[in-house]
Amino acid sequence: MTDTTHNTHSDVLAGSGLTLAKALPWLIASAFLLVMPFVFTSNSAITIMNQMAITIIFALSYNMLLGQGGMLSFGHAVYMGVGGFLCVHIMNWDQFFGTLPLPVLPIFGGLFGMGLALIVGSFSTRRAGTVFAMISLGVGELIAACSVIIVVFFGGEEGISGDRTYGLPFFGIEFLQQIEVYYLTAFWLVLSALGMFLFSRTPVGRMANAVRDNPERAEFLGYSARWVRFYSFVASGFFAGIAGGLFAINYEILTEENLNLATSGSILLVTFLGGVGFFFGPVIGAIVFTLLQTVLSLQTELWALYVGALFVATVMFFPGGLAGVLMMHTPPLVLGKLHLLVKPYIKTLLPAAICILATAGFIEILFHARHAAIGDDQMTLFWMTFSHANPVPWIAFGAVALGGFWLARRNAPELVETWHEANTDTGARP
Amino acid sequence: MDLVLVNLIDGLVTGLLLFMLSAGLTLIFSMMGVLNFAHASFYMLGAYFAYQISIFLGFWMGLLIAPLVVGVIGAGVERYGLRRVHQYGHVPELIFTFGLALLIEEVVQFIWGKDQMPYEIPGILEGAAFAIAGNTIPLYKVFMIFLSLLIFGGLLYVLTKTRVGMIIQAALSYPKTVEALGHNVPLVFMGVFGVGTALAGVAGVIAGPVLSTFPGMAVVLGSIVFVTIVIGGLGSLFGALVASLIIGWLTTFAKAYDVRMEDILTGIGFTKPDPIWDSAWQDLWTLTSPQIADILPYLLMVLILIFRPYGLFGKRDA
Amino acid sequence: MRKTTRFGLGAVLATVLSAGAGYADTIKIAFIDPLSGPFASTGTNGLHQYEFAAEELVNKKGGVLDGDTFEVVGFDNKISPKESLIQLQVAIDQGIRYIVQGNSSGVANALTDAIEKHNRRNPDDRVLFLNYSAVDPALTNDKCNFWHFRFDANADIKMDALTDIIAEDDSITKVYVIGQDYSFGKAVSAAASRFLGEKRPDIEIVGNELHPIGKVKDFTPYSRKIVSSGADVIITGNWGADMLNLGKSVIENGFEGPIYTYYAAADGITAAFGEQGKDKLRLVTEGQTNPPPTDTAAAYIEAFKAKYPDGNMSQTRITNVIEMLAKAIDQAGTATDVVAVAEALEGMEHETMWGGTLYMRPEDHQLIQDVLITVHTDEDIQFDLDNSGYGQHLESRVEMAGKDSPTTCKMRRP
Repeated sequence: MTDTTHNTHSDVLAGSGLTLAKALPWLIASAFLLVMPFVFTSNSAITIMNQMAITIIFALSYNMLLGQGGMLSFGHAVYMGVGGFLCVHIMNWDQFFGTLPLPVLPIFGGLFGMGLALIVGSFSTRRAGTVFAMISLGVGELIAACSVIIVVFFGGEEGISGDRTYGLPFFGIEFLQQIEVYYLTAFWLVLSALGMFLFSRTPVGRMANAVRDNPERAEFLGYSARWVRFYSFVASGFFAGIAGGLFAINYEILTEENLNLATSGSILLVTFLGGVGFFFGPVIGAIVFTLLQTVLSLQTELWALYVGALFVATVMFFPGGLAGVLMMHTPPLVLGKLHLLVKPYIKTLLPAAICILATAGFIEILFHARHAAIGDDQMTLFWMTFSHANPVPWIAFGAVALGGFWLARRNAPELVETWHEANTDTGARP
Repeated sequence: MDLVLVNLIDGLVTGLLLFMLSAGLTLIFSMMGVLNFAHASFYMLGAYFAYQISIFLGFWMGLLIAPLVVGVIGAGVERYGLRRVHQYGHVPELIFTFGLALLIEEVVQFIWGKDQMPYEIPGILEGAAFAIAGNTIPLYKVFMIFLSLLIFGGLLYVLTKTRVGMIIQAALSYPKTVEALGHNVPLVFMGVFGVGTALAGVAGVIAGPVLSTFPGMAVVLGSIVFVTIVIGGLGSLFGALVASLIIGWLTTFAKAYDVRMEDILTGIGFTKPDPIWDSAWQDLWTLTSPQIADILPYLLMVLILIFRPYGLFGKRDA
Repeated sequence: MRKTTRFGLGAVLATVLSAGAGYADTIKIAFIDPLSGPFASTGTNGLHQYEFAAEELVNKKGGVLDGDTFEVVGFDNKISPKESLIQLQVAIDQGIRYIVQGNSSGVANALTDAIEKHNRRNPDDRVLFLNYSAVDPALTNDKCNFWHFRFDANADIKMDALTDIIAEDDSITKVYVIGQDYSFGKAVSAAASRFLGEKRPDIEIVGNELHPIGKVKDFTPYSRKIVSSGADVIITGNWGADMLNLGKSVIENGFEGPIYTYYAAADGITAAFGEQGKDKLRLVTEGQTNPPPTDTAAAYIEAFKAKYPDGNMSQTRITNVIEMLAKAIDQAGTATDVVAVAEALEGMEHETMWGGTLYMRPEDHQLIQDVLITVHTDEDIQFDLDNSGYGQHLESRVEMAGKDSPTTCKMRRP
């Protein structure tokens, strides 16, 4: 939700000193976060926005490893999880929690996540690549398994719960309502995103990029690739722990789910979907994924199928993720030729979108025909109600899908051509 | 003592099944340098296809046809998916197979639903082969052992004694040179990928009836297969065999014998806190080996990676 | 580009989430259970049973109050506690006052906790939690609260009934207890030891063990131990693939005695066991289907099977939830004041179509009902499961099981 889109501009213009151009996206993002609850007032919308904010922090911290450090982790959930578990334990520790204002709590989660990252990182960051990935998988699986065995800390399968309102009131706020929690989360979101952004601009952050791209050369320059990876890993663990602390405040419960491989896998999905190449990529990924998970799943049982297909298509065709697709438009924008693309986009992408929707519709009818109750052949799709026994919708959706595909395919060369044109600098016009 | 022998046989069955999966995976790794996260999904596809075929044509036709279908699908994935992603580098490749695993699971659920499939072992293989001190060894397990040994033998023969095998081995190490000699290396890659996934398919066909055929079967076995080839050493067929057997026996014996943490701790001189349920260490004291049997391989892997990053028999650094 | 994204997001959020409670004449019930993922078949089947029960038992009979009808709305929680809490919030925002959930005690724990906090913090839109399947004893003991009602017999009550049956059989001298390593598995194991120790101290528990949940690929080593221990009886709380694989494995390795289970039926398990499990598998359950206890019940199952040929009438207690809720709303004279409805539910007695009387115990909101032992067989089965020809046939019945069972619940009423 934070519109850090402009960061790449400041990336391009990497100068020194704080300029308005650099601070502007952050100010816009903060203002945006302030206004959001006035647009979406219902509690569930705020709950979903909280979930988004937590996922954004978590995904950004994951991208410190994957995007900036080139380390593929299959067990990142554990750092967020243990941070969250610790925060719930603090909530249940009455004497201490009674003297602690709630907004400070995520720090403890962060420190604990960092502590675990220190231990694991000491051996896992010695190498990158497959060895790192497999150690992260092994450690992730071990800690997830421990969560049901070590009941004292992890509370077994039902997890542990606390009550955030027992903390020291913060300027009279007891955090009884979701909206209060929202502003707390938003505050931490801006703070952590800024922290992670600034980290990526420190020498260590820059060296992480170098080590990702060419560890040998970095070593020749006198940097220890291992230590550079280690610092990134520890910092990433800290921010993951912060996300865990916010999770604890938001849901007041942590369970085995916060540690397991499915959660670790889905954050990989989120980050990659958003785009690992840009700082704001995971932000987009987190927003899109949370919406798909909470809103699309209310609409269709097959949401996971669509998400899976979307993910595979992203990896195959847009390895830069959604952010990569957005940023592809920077050169035409700079050249002032973005308007050239509008028409071919409409001519190609509109039929393509219709084709995809119609295919999804066809799959839905097929699914309904296979699994619905006898006599319950009525289904509603795209605001139309019809019977799956009726061949017309089948044919209609099939035909629309094929037609859209044909049209998109026919117009694709034109798009490619215009794309090249829009990206070619034909010299400055008067 | 008799029980030791029985457990050895049980562990062998588990190990060999694991080997059939890891053999294909390690072949694919040595070829493309990428871990195929969707490997266990091909195993699942094998089981489902075989179940579907066995309804119409019986178990044996399933055993014959299903792996072929899986192999063709695998080759298609290499040709139209992986080869495309290959240009972006190793991490996107890995992520692609990861996404593919999710997608295959969803597709399987879409087609066959979420329930267990009543996929049964054929009548001729039902019943016990022999018994050791009252513990029966089912005939089907003996069949599994022989089939996997047969496949291992065949694989070894093809790779080391035939011309095709020579080309494959050469293509693994020096793809450019082999290409310059006029061989179609992309085709070899596609073929190896197809064969690797077909092997996973075979494992699925024969494991489906005993380990049950359900949408979660890939996830249950998924990560343990990587653990196997990482322990054995990436790219080493022999290492995969040894690691599979180690894991098979390790988990079987850990389940079969109740080694209690309490005994170990008392043995080295600690006293059990009393009452135990008030102690912060209660979970440690009550730990038993069957509780942690199936996570021991992960522990083993992490330890091996720390002290010997290229695995037991691996030549190249992972 | 960004502007469009934001705008689209706004539209989606607004349409989906702000659908207010504008329907005065429908009483919505939120069904929060897995509708996608590995447990979706259980969840979907449960949703069908709810929709069917609401339609047949309430709406077709003229509804409640002045003709208000029930509407069951499905929310997919993907069996995740986190998702359940999000969906709970969405449901509350839609003006829903009644939450039903059953799969996974972990989710139930998260929900009961969240609902208790929500009702405390938002006295204006309180909700009730009708738990139809989560059997963790803690929910009606240490973690009980006024808003939670449990319609299934809890794990302890079921074990109490089961051990009554075992205790009567003098030929049983050795029992093996095995379960999944988590709260429910541990509760079953502890209850088994406790009740057997009280009722038949001479019975030896030859094995009491836990295995990792959902991670065991091959149960052979466990079955070897079970068989060589000479156990007469196995008791297990396993469910899903762990239940199927354990059961198949012990039978294949030559175990002859009965296997007492909590969840070895329906959702593909009955079909997958088939002939192999005949007369071996037994279930501790409520709600008799074979033979059907009443004509109403038989007609009800037939109507359900006519509508959902692939479905199972596996959770008969769902009709109890719907009937008792309807009765409570009528008694309270309101559907919006959930405190009044909860008070009407407390202590309610109800004749169920599945035979026997139900009693909602006010002390802990645990429904007291008959607990049955049924056997997996294909003989004399009128209503099978999974369309396999096999079903659960009544073997013995413990009336009003656990009526005097102790509870540690200290109910705080509003």
